[in-house]
Amino acid sequence: MATVSETSSAAARPPVDVARAFKDAAFAALVMLGLSIPILSFRSEQNMNNQLVLAERWDAVAIACALVFVARLAGAWLWRERVGAARSKPLTMPAFMKPLAGPAGLALVVVYPMLMLAINGPQGSIKWIDNFGIQILIYVMLGWGLNIVVGLAGLLDLGYVAFYAVGAYSYAIIATKVIPATYPDLGVWAFWICLPISGLLAALWGIILGFPVLRLRGDYLAIVTLAFGEIIRLVLINWVEFSNGYAGISTIPRPSFFGIPFNASDKGFAAVFGLEFSPIYRTIFLFYVILILALMTAWVTLRLRRLPVGRAWEALREDEIACRSLGINTTTTKLTAFSIGAMFGGFAGCFFAARQGFISPESFVFLESAQILAIVVLGGMGSLFGVVVSSILLVGGIEILRELDFLKSIFGPGFDPTQYRMLLFGLAMVLMMLWKPRGLISSREPSVIHKESRSISGSLVKEGHG
Amino acid sequence: MEVFVQQLINGLTLGSIYGLIAIGYTMVFGIIGMVNFAHGDVFMVGGFVALLFFMVMTSWLGLGLVPALLIVLVLGMIITGLWNWTIERVAYRPLRGSFRLAPLISAIGMSILLSNLIQVVQGPRNKPVPPMFTDVLPLFEKNGYTVGIGYKQIVIMIVTAVMLAIFWYVVQKTSLGRAQRACEQDQKMAALLGINVDRTISLTFVMGAAMAAVAGVMYIMYYGVVNFSDGFVPGVKAFTAAVLGGIGSLPGAVIGGLLIGLIETMWSAYFSIDYKDVAAFSLLAITLVFLPTGLFGRPEVEKV
Repeated sequence: MATVSETSSAAARPPVDVARAFKDAAFAALVMLGLSIPILSFRSEQNMNNQLVLAERWDAVAIACALVFVARLAGAWLWRERVGAARSKPLTMPAFMKPLAGPAGLALVVVYPMLMLAINGPQGSIKWIDNFGIQILIYVMLGWGLNIVVGLAGLLDLGYVAFYAVGAYSYAIIATKVIPATYPDLGVWAFWICLPISGLLAALWGIILGFPVLRLRGDYLAIVTLAFGEIIRLVLINWVEFSNGYAGISTIPRPSFFGIPFNASDKGFAAVFGLEFSPIYRTIFLFYVILILALMTAWVTLRLRRLPVGRAWEALREDEIACRSLGINTTTTKLTAFSIGAMFGGFAGCFFAARQGFISPESFVFLESAQILAIVVLGGMGSLFGVVVSSILLVGGIEILRELDFLKSIFGPGFDPTQYRMLLFGLAMVLMMLWKPRGLISSREPSVIHKESRSISGSLVKEGHG
Repeated sequence: MEVFVQQLINGLTLGSIYGLIAIGYTMVFGIIGMVNFAHGDVFMVGGFVALLFFMVMTSWLGLGLVPALLIVLVLGMIITGLWNWTIERVAYRPLRGSFRLAPLISAIGMSILLSNLIQVVQGPRNKPVPPMFTDVLPLFEKNGYTVGIGYKQIVIMIVTAVMLAIFWYVVQKTSLGRAQRACEQDQKMAALLGINVDRTISLTFVMGAAMAAVAGVMYIMYYGVVNFSDGFVPGVKAFTAAVLGGIGSLPGAVIGGLLIGLIETMWSAYFSIDYKDVAAFSLLAITLVFLPTGLFGRPEVEKV
């Protein structure tokens, strides 16, 4: 099988025009030379008197140009258009794996903390459960929440992080100011009391911000939501009495195991269950909390798609005018999408504040919104599984860069891979869009089934006009 | 009154810079209907290109301030144009005609890529430039408060006016400008009439970036400092300017820029400097909600 497909694809490729490939590569290298002057060839540094002085780096320019030349030349051989071959085939699983993939993946996630504990021990596994497990799950949840707005209803929201911030600040302020002042006995339950409140407040803000933008569509909507996200962040920075400004809110109470705090006291989790005290229990507990929150988001999304409101969302995404002609109230449809999406963002924000114990406006910058939107779009809009895949790739990929210590032995001790994190993140966004503009998982299970269930290509699904 | 006049001068200076950036947004949106999210970062790259060339010109070649600035302006426009040309060629052109969100995500990725690239190659610290044109021309004095216009403000306004005149000439009177306006109206028809649409779009990006480069030079001259993260906020404000003026309209972009600059300085002077960005962003939201076509935009007619 393999050999047949190989020969057929090789036969379908046109021969390489060597002279032209070299010419293209030389041109690309020349463009690179132009781009690197002066950005790469000179580096400005402050001297002792705080004046800028220039340092020359022509070796870096030469390396960059050579790399571009080689890459372009290699590209001439590797990225030939295959004649007759379909471009960007959707990733599909073998048929027998399909019903198994969901439960198997879920089972793997459920045993993941235990697995890490068994491999790395209680000390070593905190990093793996917290930085990888919890971090990825937070973005999965945010991605699924935003997916309701962008993927189902087709409303492009670039300010989703605002609702994340509303959730986080609701919890932080209620738990540090309101509860100690009114019912200090409830302090240990703070997280569980505030979780629904944060969600509701975020949903309320979803409606408040949703109302003015109902008339807008497409890119305009995206920009206004971006503006709202920035306004909320700037207010959090400047309204110091309310949010403590740049300094942020610290000593936010951590979640308890349904009333039993995770501390070293006699009434703490470890003492009650007769275990030796270790911070790992809280980390594992947090992992399961976010897992359940995320699964709840997915479950609600799946159920909503089968309810009239969910069908109205998808109809709105496909054709707004047809929707209106059929008597669907687009105002309530859009507002429900905004508020339900925002609610899950609020839940995630509440969890984030509880996990960090400290929040500041720095955590809610536009970059976060962009990252969540990128996860949804790269996953293949509307695909729940795609969000998981792209969260693992983007968030996990960034986290794994912290672990690449061996690079120091190659590039010298001054090399810090984390410095390149966001650079590689931006590059990954561009490259993944070029590779698969429709996202990684571009096949869909239609919500409404006529006769038999069939998955359809993502290119048949519209992205909505706003 | 005297404070008002002073703020008017400051606002118009700032607004000139926003207007120059806004042209890049409005032209690209006009021709391919895409919000070029990376444009603010292209402006920041333009600022860094200007900074580095300025240092080469003054500290290495020992040129005087005025010839150095002129050379920096020209070189900055060329190099920044090349940057935007490459960005369009690599990140946007392959996605043209594809899924609508794809170029937007690609542009957001490009924006993150550009600012972090500059951070990596030039360092995260603020880059101070020696002060230029520090003299102030006093205009009048009232109640012990001297209203003055700085020489650099005069330079910024003059350069902006000259650049806009050149730009207006290119768009209105040359064959390239005609091709651009044709592509804006109907790309398919323009292609049928023998216009190279790809080339026209590329040149639109180059022109937008050249204007952003001028804004970058003006920015480092005015503020005397540039940082890798300086692209985002001026970028969003310039976009606000473009929207306020009516996206797709060139005079609208300039007037929108001046208005944003005025609103920002007036807000800082009379209300609170902390909330000046909130004022700009709120204005963006209010304009889009109540006046989606802006001041000079054409209403969008939706066909079924």
